[in-house]
Amino acid sequence: MTVQELPGAGASHRSTQPPAWRPRTDAAPLLPDPEPYRVLGTPAADRLDPELMRRCYAELVRGRRYNAQATALTRQGRLAVYPSTVGQEACEIAAALVLEDQDWLFPSYRDTLAAVARGLDPVQALTLLRGDWHTGYDPREHRIAPLSTPLATQLPHAVGLAHAARLRGDDVVALAMVGDGGTSEGDFHEAMNFAAVWQAPVVFLVQNNGFAISVPLAKQTAAPTLAHKAVGYGMPGRLVDGNDIAAMHEVLSEAVRRARSGGGPTMIEAVTYRIEAHTNADDATRYRGDAEVEAWKAHDPIELLERELTARGLLDEAGIQAAKDAAEEMAAALRDGMNAEPVVDPMDLFAHVYAEQTDRLREQAAMLRAELDAAEQEAAELEEGDPS
Amino acid sequence: MTTVAAKPVTTKPATMAQALNRAMRDAMAEDPTVHVMGEDVGALGGVFRITDGLAKEFGEDRCMDTPLAEAGILGAAVGMAMYGLRPVVEMQFDAFAYPAFEQLISHVAKMRNRTRGAMPLPITIRVPYGGGIGGVEHHCDSSEAYYVATPGLTVVTPATVEDAYGLLRASIASDDPVIFLEPKRLYWSKADWSPEAPAVVPGIGKALVRRAGTSATLITYGPSLPVCLEAAEAAREEGWDLEVVDLRSLVPFDEETVVASVRRTGRAVVVHESGGFGGPGAEIAARVTERCFHHLEAPVLRVTGFDIPYPPPMLEKHHLPGVDRILDTVARLQWEN
Repeated sequence: MTVQELPGAGASHRSTQPPAWRPRTDAAPLLPDPEPYRVLGTPAADRLDPELMRRCYAELVRGRRYNAQATALTRQGRLAVYPSTVGQEACEIAAALVLEDQDWLFPSYRDTLAAVARGLDPVQALTLLRGDWHTGYDPREHRIAPLSTPLATQLPHAVGLAHAARLRGDDVVALAMVGDGGTSEGDFHEAMNFAAVWQAPVVFLVQNNGFAISVPLAKQTAAPTLAHKAVGYGMPGRLVDGNDIAAMHEVLSEAVRRARSGGGPTMIEAVTYRIEAHTNADDATRYRGDAEVEAWKAHDPIELLERELTARGLLDEAGIQAAKDAAEEMAAALRDGMNAEPVVDPMDLFAHVYAEQTDRLREQAAMLRAELDAAEQEAAELEEGDPS
Repeated sequence: MTTVAAKPVTTKPATMAQALNRAMRDAMAEDPTVHVMGEDVGALGGVFRITDGLAKEFGEDRCMDTPLAEAGILGAAVGMAMYGLRPVVEMQFDAFAYPAFEQLISHVAKMRNRTRGAMPLPITIRVPYGGGIGGVEHHCDSSEAYYVATPGLTVVTPATVEDAYGLLRASIASDDPVIFLEPKRLYWSKADWSPEAPAVVPGIGKALVRRAGTSATLITYGPSLPVCLEAAEAAREEGWDLEVVDLRSLVPFDEETVVASVRRTGRAVVVHESGGFGGPGAEIAARVTERCFHHLEAPVLRVTGFDIPYPPPMLEKHHLPGVDRILDTVARLQWEN
């Protein structure tokens, strides 16, 4: 049987018309702008809030210093690993600044800077990467979820939390951060879909920094932009210059406002670039050229803002120096905190597995206790017998 | 472990399905933070009708139909629990839970540990499991080995109507995530639950001697309990007086009840539907051997499903541990040669 002979293969074989169908919403208002939205260096910069921008500037400078200090700490062996956000500081800072106290931040493993900008102690923020525990802070106290290492898995958590808050009548927005690689994961899709169906007060911030470790965006997706993905779920997608903190702050604020007022979720693609390697364990020269990196360095988020503010007379040398000084102070405190030897208690291995200890774990804890006591006794005996 | 006293009920539940429904109703009525969620749990009442009427009684926000996406369902439940709710998640069928495994293993099981106890997740994950209902592929898996191998999860499975109610109440009340395995072929088993004199609900982690005996101990749980009780009756003709222990909880494992029983009888057989290699029976046999070595008259034996993907419905009777296979194995316990 050929295709033509198959029943139902041609429209002319229809005896009835299908029931009326129409798309549920007009996709046009959901579509992202064709070009990333920009403020700095455009006429839109006329409406900048000087106070806010000076604060953004100070935070950016502090953020850059934080990145440099954390990277230095990996070289000294104080951190097992550090995924740098040099070049992406505008995304990290804006994400933290647009949230109210009661709101929640859901960071990925790369977003320690967003957590710090939200007010988390820099040392606590690096506990995971230092290795003394998985999370160095109480998520409820800071309203910052644990840094998530599996990709995109924190996004459904943000949706669930935002939904729960709304069910309880609380004014809470969740902002979830993910990278370009994370948009390929199933959990990204499921979170976006749940958020849109539930009209949950969630903002998804995708930092498109060009690479998922070594894989470039072109091998990650065939979509025109990542922001286009939002349309299929029924939420607006916004495309923003991720190095333009004024644009980031404006678009994120608008999305947070929309979520807070019951308007549902928004997905934002911030087009940015990871200036340093994925982590200190990565060799970025194997998959990208210097010219590309240099071009992005010329579009540096700190310089963009500094140029705009100085040209407008909103920032002077004293202001720049003050930002630098504050950043150095933070770096010194971070160095001190990280150079203090972390104290770990081996018995913590069993402390937080279940609310009530199981017999099995009690038995294993006793075994470890005995090993520790024996080692301590051995050390004491050695010391006693030490002729010096 | 948490012990919840069942409050007197006015309607006698006739089946395990109704007892489970009643447990959720009572929990939802007592605690406004309890939310039931999953695919089809609302208007339909679940494909097995376990959530029947809950959406009507408590509203669609308390018994919530979700998009069809297990990782999304469980991931959203994590966020809800982070905000102080007690989600009760339905996974519809055993093999449908697999897309949610990353959420389960990387987040649900570990959140308490990752946050040094600051953020426990009181999530109950209901998974209808096991075979014997003539279901097609992907509808009959016994996936308990995956769950029990994951630290941080509590894993329970009722075998009676009364336990279905009690263990589900205890699971919802638990501050830790609980995998609640529902033996789906017992959903319609008849109740012997007297509404006038409700027994004290078992706390999680307590096994029970369902039948006292002296010749050997059958250690089992969930769907295999009725099979073991039937085998114990049949064994009387062979002169065997079998004790039957219902584990009820796989994690935590009530080693004391099991060990006490095997020390009394001197012989043990572990019975479950899931495959033998790396199955819960392997762990139980090892523990019993370690603790009862000098009391044992024979090696600990196992009767399990074969180590095969779950078979098509017309072959499942050859795969599932039945009375004859149990009796044949019990006969091997006469370790005289």
